[in-house]
Amino acid sequence: MSAPRIVIVGAGPAGTRAAEALVARGLRPVVIDEAPASGGQIYRRPPAGFTRSGRALHGFEAARARRLHAAFDALAGAIDYRPDTLAWNVAGSAVHVVHDGRHAAIAHDRLIIASGAFDRVLPFPGWTLPGVFSLGGAQVALKHQGCAIGERVAFAGSGPLLYLVAWQYAKAGADVALVLDGASPAARRRMLAALPTAPARIAKGAWYLAGLRVRGIPVISGVRAVAARGDERVTMLAWRDGKGRERETACDAIATGHGLAPETRLAEIAGCPLAFDPDVRDWLPMTDGDGRTPVEGLYLAGDGARIAGADASEVAGTLAALALLADCGFAVDRARLARLRRARARLDRFRRAMERAFPYPGDLAAALPDDALLCRCEAITAGALRAAASEADAGEINRAKALTRVGMGRCQGRLCGPAAREILAAARGVALARVGRLRAQAPARPVPFATEPPAETGP
Amino acid sequence: MSKPDPRATPEPPLFRRLAETGRETVALVVDGRPVEALAGDSLLTALLANGARLRVNEFDGRPRAGFCLMGACQDCWVRLEDGRSLRACATPVAEGMRVLTGAAAPDGTTTR
Amino acid sequence: MTGAPPIETEVLVIGGGTAGLSTALHLRRRGVAVVVLEKGLAGAQASGVNFGGVRRQGRDLAELPLAQRSREIWSRLAALVGDDCEFTPTGHLKIATSAAECAALAAYADAVHDHDLALEVMDEARLRARFPWFGPGVVGGSFCPDDGQANPRLVGPAFARAARAAGASVIENREATAVERDGAGFRVETAGGEAFRAAVLVNTAGAWGGRVAARFGEPVPMETVAPQMAVSEPINYFIEPVLGMFEGGIYLRQIPRGNVIFGGGRGDASTETNRAFVRPENTLWTSALATRLIPRLKGVNLIRVWTGIEGEMADGLPALGPSRATDGLYHAFGFSGHGFQLGPAVGAVLAELIVDGRTETAIDAFDIGRFAGDG
Repeated sequence: MSAPRIVIVGAGPAGTRAAEALVARGLRPVVIDEAPASGGQIYRRPPAGFTRSGRALHGFEAARARRLHAAFDALAGAIDYRPDTLAWNVAGSAVHVVHDGRHAAIAHDRLIIASGAFDRVLPFPGWTLPGVFSLGGAQVALKHQGCAIGERVAFAGSGPLLYLVAWQYAKAGADVALVLDGASPAARRRMLAALPTAPARIAKGAWYLAGLRVRGIPVISGVRAVAARGDERVTMLAWRDGKGRERETACDAIATGHGLAPETRLAEIAGCPLAFDPDVRDWLPMTDGDGRTPVEGLYLAGDGARIAGADASEVAGTLAALALLADCGFAVDRARLARLRRARARLDRFRRAMERAFPYPGDLAAALPDDALLCRCEAITAGALRAAASEADAGEINRAKALTRVGMGRCQGRLCGPAAREILAAARGVALARVGRLRAQAPARPVPFATEPPAETGP
Repeated sequence: MSKPDPRATPEPPLFRRLAETGRETVALVVDGRPVEALAGDSLLTALLANGARLRVNEFDGRPRAGFCLMGACQDCWVRLEDGRSLRACATPVAEGMRVLTGAAAPDGTTTR
Repeated sequence: MTGAPPIETEVLVIGGGTAGLSTALHLRRRGVAVVVLEKGLAGAQASGVNFGGVRRQGRDLAELPLAQRSREIWSRLAALVGDDCEFTPTGHLKIATSAAECAALAAYADAVHDHDLALEVMDEARLRARFPWFGPGVVGGSFCPDDGQANPRLVGPAFARAARAAGASVIENREATAVERDGAGFRVETAGGEAFRAAVLVNTAGAWGGRVAARFGEPVPMETVAPQMAVSEPINYFIEPVLGMFEGGIYLRQIPRGNVIFGGGRGDASTETNRAFVRPENTLWTSALATRLIPRLKGVNLIRVWTGIEGEMADGLPALGPSRATDGLYHAFGFSGHGFQLGPAVGAVLAELIVDGRTETAIDAFDIGRFAGDG
């Protein structure tokens, strides 16, 4: 049989392991990545000339990072690697890309999308001020650029990244003002007590918390609302504690986030249907346990399909590649497949527990004040969306977008989408799933106008 | 004698360099003012280690300094003097880049 | 057949785009009871995803009386439906890229001399003096000062609100599954199991209108097409008029917020699956044409593409007027990619036909009977 042409979008943990599994069977996938180097976000390679050790950068994850980079480097020559290349559309049987301003289409028989994730955002008053960054962004600044996002950094949010990044900042010598945790300590304790697996990870969380406390950094749980204050940049974080008391903390930077959101746009553009998942209060692409989607020849792997962390992403990448190989008629090692599926199931249990321990605070999102910016690209307030819900009878998020411009900006609804759905559903008094989701259309990210017509003739 | 325009004073930087400071310098011009970046800086790091904004939002007119640093938020687009637009978080600095952020230039003019 | 008794009204409108909703609004002003059935959300199909040009220049001469009537309604849209839908008379500039096209522009200006479009035909020097941002290859143009643009996403919803406020029943998410003669009137059943009856049926079902027409013995030669659109990030505002070219080119406009919207080429659409797809190569080809025509667009980013499902009649003109096969049935569909500007007047004309039996606006060229006897 002739070798199927395979394209992998994403060179992070999932994409790396998928490529590795395909190369092991003699195939030569095209690996497309937007970044200049492989590793994704969590294992982002430092720029040339940087000297900090793997241990300093990745802490507990240093060995995994090293192994992953080595695995990708070992594929050199065996894959068609396209860094600095943005996949913006999938149509017919081609992935449309742009590299250095030039457009091309890459034909494929099978496609694995491993597009990773970005911070899940809870907009709050002042969140667009210079000095407010996502937790992931604050981590990139430190790990990849050796910078703290400010002289005195406050942390506010929820989820595993909160304590991790705050501790990384403290350890690197940054001045951490305080850590505000939106999760109530009781709820989180209950969820974690029910966790049957991965005690090592829980110990890590406790380790980070201890590391913060031993440095005298205040860690306050059950925080209900925050606001960033300042004229042209952050000077203060205002917050309300679990007892409803108003407090203020001087700072010049705020790192905030509530978990991660999967980057699903390219999968949706490629025709993958999505389904509402109440555990994450979001719409996720439909896949089977191995990564096959309802679209023939399309596979998803890693956090780009569902947030499960770097370890699960590596397993998912291998599983998706094995599923692809099986679908192409290759014989697959059944024992290995069974092992991987068991690993996946184990990691899935942990994932579900984390989802329940750190839910997206939909009620806080829905309570965004009328005069606060919801859509930061187009500068549209939460009040404008609520007005469309009532005065213009908009009950569906795409109709609300058409009327208010929420989600019409360059970020294509990535940042405002989760909160916009919560606000609309609350304003209409309906279940969250009823308002739908912002429909993804090409391009998956902004792409420049072409300057020369593509090789074929015109329309 | 006229007083120096306070708007022409560079803003105190947002970012604080904690590590990797022993790198070669890269000369940029930001809003008409010379700025020293370090090799390996993203344009975002270079601008925020020497100032407090990347751009001005078209619609609320307020300064912005990016948000996600990983290409999702699209709030880090900066304009070069030659008209090009670049995503600052994803663009490494290059010697001689001339960037406009919408802050006041040394002569007091504001550019977008 | 459903068990519940049908809901009785005077006029049933199939299709809640601008044409159908404007009909409903104008009927209500004449005191007629009307129900609009729309399979999705009001104005969500071609009415909502088109280019947004509000244009008379360039139309077939037969469309000009209707377009003129509509232009008058556009200028008082806020009073009519409570929202101006961002209509702005920025002017429409049709550009020529060859001497032959220049001659065609001049000939058109001559032909429409009595139609009050106030066209200004420009040679290259005059064009470049007035619009200095054009790149090479543009050698002339024709400018219609009172044409303009509006936001199509606002128009359908605004007409729906106004029609409802005037007492029309506009029922969304109701696909008509059975449309039949019932005695001297009509009966329509919906996917939800409801039934409606009326003496008059209005077919404003857009790309699906051919099916309704065929159901009543009047098939039309209409194809399903998917005109493609794209929009850029916001950039400095400098392109005031709406731009058009001759066939096979691009149509482009910029809004004051800065986004540049353009269209060109066709994607794929189906009225069976109700889905439409953009062809990326068309988007790229059209965007390259845009940067050639307007070099300042080089390096600007596209942030969204879309298309919709449109019905294109073989002769490029709609079917508008009474049915020639079935009493009480009226058609207004097949606007072939240039119905946006006409929508408001279509409703006014249909209301007159239904209530008065006649309209002063010349619509003979749109008679559906012109297809009778075609093979």
